[in-house]
Amino acid sequence: MSVNDIVIRIAGESGEGIVTIGEVFVRIAAFSGLEVYTFRTFPAEILGGHVIFQARIADRPVLSQGDNINVLVSLNQEGYDTHVDELEVGGAVIYDNAVVKPRDNERHLLYPIPVSQLASNLNFARGSNLVMLGAMVQLMGLPLERAEQVVHRRLGRYPDLLPKNLEALMAGYHYAQEHFPTRPPTYLVPPEQIAEEKLVLTGYQAIALGALAAGCRFFAGYPITPATDLMEFMASELPKAGGTVVQAEDEIAAINMIIGASFAGLPSMTATSGPGLSLMIEALGLASMAEIPIVVVDVQRAGPATGMPTKTAQGDLYLAFYAGADEAPRFVIAPSSVEDCFYQTINAFNMAELYQMPVIILSDQALAPRVETCTFFNLENIRLWKRQLADLKPGQPFERYKITHSGVSPTTIPGMPGGQYTAEGLEHDEQGHPDYSPETHRLMTKKRWNKVNAARHHVFGLDNAVEEWGDQDAAIGILGWGSSLGPVKEAMVRAQEAGYRVAALFPKILFPMPDVRIRRFIRGRRVLIIPELNSLGQFARVIEHRYTRQLVQDSISVISLNKYEGLPFRPVEIFEEIKRVSELLTRRTWPR
Amino acid sequence: MVTLEHLVPINELKSGVKPIWCPGCGDYGVMHAVLKAISELKIDPAHVVIASGIGCSGRFPAFVKTYGFHGVHGRALPLATGAKIANPDLTVLAVSGDGDGLSIGAGHLPHAARRNVDITYLVLDNEVYGLTKGQPSPTSSWGTKTKASPYGTVERPLNPVAMMLACEATFVARGFSARPQELAEIIKQGILHPGFAFIEIISPCVTFLDTYGLYKQRVVPIPDTHDRTNRMAALALAFDSEKIYLGIFYQDSQSRPHHMALREMREKISGSDSLQSLLERFRR
Repeated sequence: MSVNDIVIRIAGESGEGIVTIGEVFVRIAAFSGLEVYTFRTFPAEILGGHVIFQARIADRPVLSQGDNINVLVSLNQEGYDTHVDELEVGGAVIYDNAVVKPRDNERHLLYPIPVSQLASNLNFARGSNLVMLGAMVQLMGLPLERAEQVVHRRLGRYPDLLPKNLEALMAGYHYAQEHFPTRPPTYLVPPEQIAEEKLVLTGYQAIALGALAAGCRFFAGYPITPATDLMEFMASELPKAGGTVVQAEDEIAAINMIIGASFAGLPSMTATSGPGLSLMIEALGLASMAEIPIVVVDVQRAGPATGMPTKTAQGDLYLAFYAGADEAPRFVIAPSSVEDCFYQTINAFNMAELYQMPVIILSDQALAPRVETCTFFNLENIRLWKRQLADLKPGQPFERYKITHSGVSPTTIPGMPGGQYTAEGLEHDEQGHPDYSPETHRLMTKKRWNKVNAARHHVFGLDNAVEEWGDQDAAIGILGWGSSLGPVKEAMVRAQEAGYRVAALFPKILFPMPDVRIRRFIRGRRVLIIPELNSLGQFARVIEHRYTRQLVQDSISVISLNKYEGLPFRPVEIFEEIKRVSELLTRRTWPR
Repeated sequence: MVTLEHLVPINELKSGVKPIWCPGCGDYGVMHAVLKAISELKIDPAHVVIASGIGCSGRFPAFVKTYGFHGVHGRALPLATGAKIANPDLTVLAVSGDGDGLSIGAGHLPHAARRNVDITYLVLDNEVYGLTKGQPSPTSSWGTKTKASPYGTVERPLNPVAMMLACEATFVARGFSARPQELAEIIKQGILHPGFAFIEIISPCVTFLDTYGLYKQRVVPIPDTHDRTNRMAALALAFDSEKIYLGIFYQDSQSRPHHMALREMREKISGSDSLQSLLERFRR
């Protein structure tokens, strides 16, 4: 039982506006000065099917969706039946008493709300969601005037309905106030003053804003869950910045269009999920071979083939690292929070443009749609790395693929007189002319990989390329990537309280690997725990392969903590593993 | 279109790279016609992009002193579309063969047509896969015998001109590599057309399927009496079972290209949001 750190789950049918209630509710909380972190899962279809929206709300930064559910909001019987067992003992059920019949009124506190009746009293049958929202605002302790302001802002685009919506909100609020003299044991106390400037936004929006800040002016995509929201946000915002969004006929067209646009000088991006990325791989190799900067966002989802489009996973690491014919260098970046999505997208464009390479951003279904509060983005400190243009001299032939120390060859853009060349997918010489000689292929393969090495030395000077924290001298190190950072951080706080010592390192730029940082981090540890949402332990296998010698010489064990259920890690799962490994280490049998 | 004051001679538009095409290949005639069109329209070669896919036709950009993009198989149209959107001042051509454009890349055709992207798409049709040494293509006649179809093909050939008319492409034409003067004229009209210009070019393969003799007998110019704004009349010509018509079948005089539509859309959006003001929307 806690005040000011609650997990609330809203469950019902997809068509009932669960996500709308949830998103408006968390914005009311954020607007009241609290920190939020949401988690949603929904059917891919627009109507029908069971949906949940979960939010953790606290008065301090929230890093994961939490472990227990304190409050369950049920809009139908299935929503109650499916989730009531996960609700903690003593937790609250807020429900529509016309359709939900709670079976257990001893373990939980019940808050029945006649939402449809209250709505029809107002002659506004569609207002039942707002009635429920009003009741939730009252019972959870949020201020009514904040709720009114947020409803104004969020639903103001339907001006005809606004008075009715506000009436419905009020009806729910007042009903709860009159009928329930005691609040649920878990509720929120918003701060009196809102100190820090914060943003409330999703991972998609942070990536899109990062792209805009980095100068992206062309986006082509193809609808795919869970990446479509990114295309929709770009479609709304990019034209205002003078850019263009094209919904392509398929993913192959989308990636080839951004390659064409980038060739003609525009920083360009596409976004997809694993199945779409699979289709894009041939062209990704083309961008690598022809040395065209592009940014590809992969919002990972669970399962091969169609799999589970609305469930999360971190299963595309191998795909991002290695997929393609022969060897095609690329960069891979994995942001770990909504705020990080903004800055890592800028890193992605910078690395793409400077090194003339494809860059893959690995997001996932849990990170991309969730709403988080984060520190206001600092636009003033953004430094953009530009594509290096050739200094053309009359009479001298332009060598598009000139071999240089860093592997980066200054380029030209169509329209530059005397800079004509053919971007070539065949193996080519320095002029870009097709050439299959053994010598050329050897030199050009090296040239392309030299860019990866040059980047390795360069990008790890960035202060956001890796995140390292915890007890530096701990025997246990957690090495991870992507959106599992939040649950790991929370688990480590708990571990520290329990007296277990742990250090952690999350590289954000995964390819090239930050070798120096990882070697330093591994040194002196006895165990590395590598948590991942996949079954093979893809990152763990990469680490074992790359640092075999050090791991063997120093007798460091690698333990994969794998979860492949379509759901993100809960902090308790990481904590239990820390505890288990810490206790194992105290036994004599553990190899030294 | 960015033009020069002076005319760049055809020879100066060649890159100097020796074409890999077999002696007698139709593609030489096509290349000559393309260069003639660029030269006579006085287009600045530094403002020309030629995108291609895979096949004998795919090598086209390497031999020409414009900007070029030799992409992967079947994707010349999306590459060209991206380049045109990025910089509408560019004159963008895409070059494919019948395999690249009508088989693996055929999925892009209706969409390039409905977007009406201002590019000129040349499909060099030789009815065979030449670069892979002679397999049947989507335009091979019924019964075509190759190593991959030793008993003859059992598929009907596509009719690319009729296909594109049905997709409501705003410019549909057919040329013949053995008639380079007329072909250059068609390509010029295609480049000048504000929108997607589809040009099927009969360009026989002398090595694997020599159809010169056959075509020289059957080709006839589209009669002067044909109304090229009449799509149904154009379809009737495209479906003629005896004659192979050469010339412009159809041209939409009201064609509004994709980049113009995009520009108009952008102009209609009120107020240009700065990033800072966009961020304000997410302030809690």
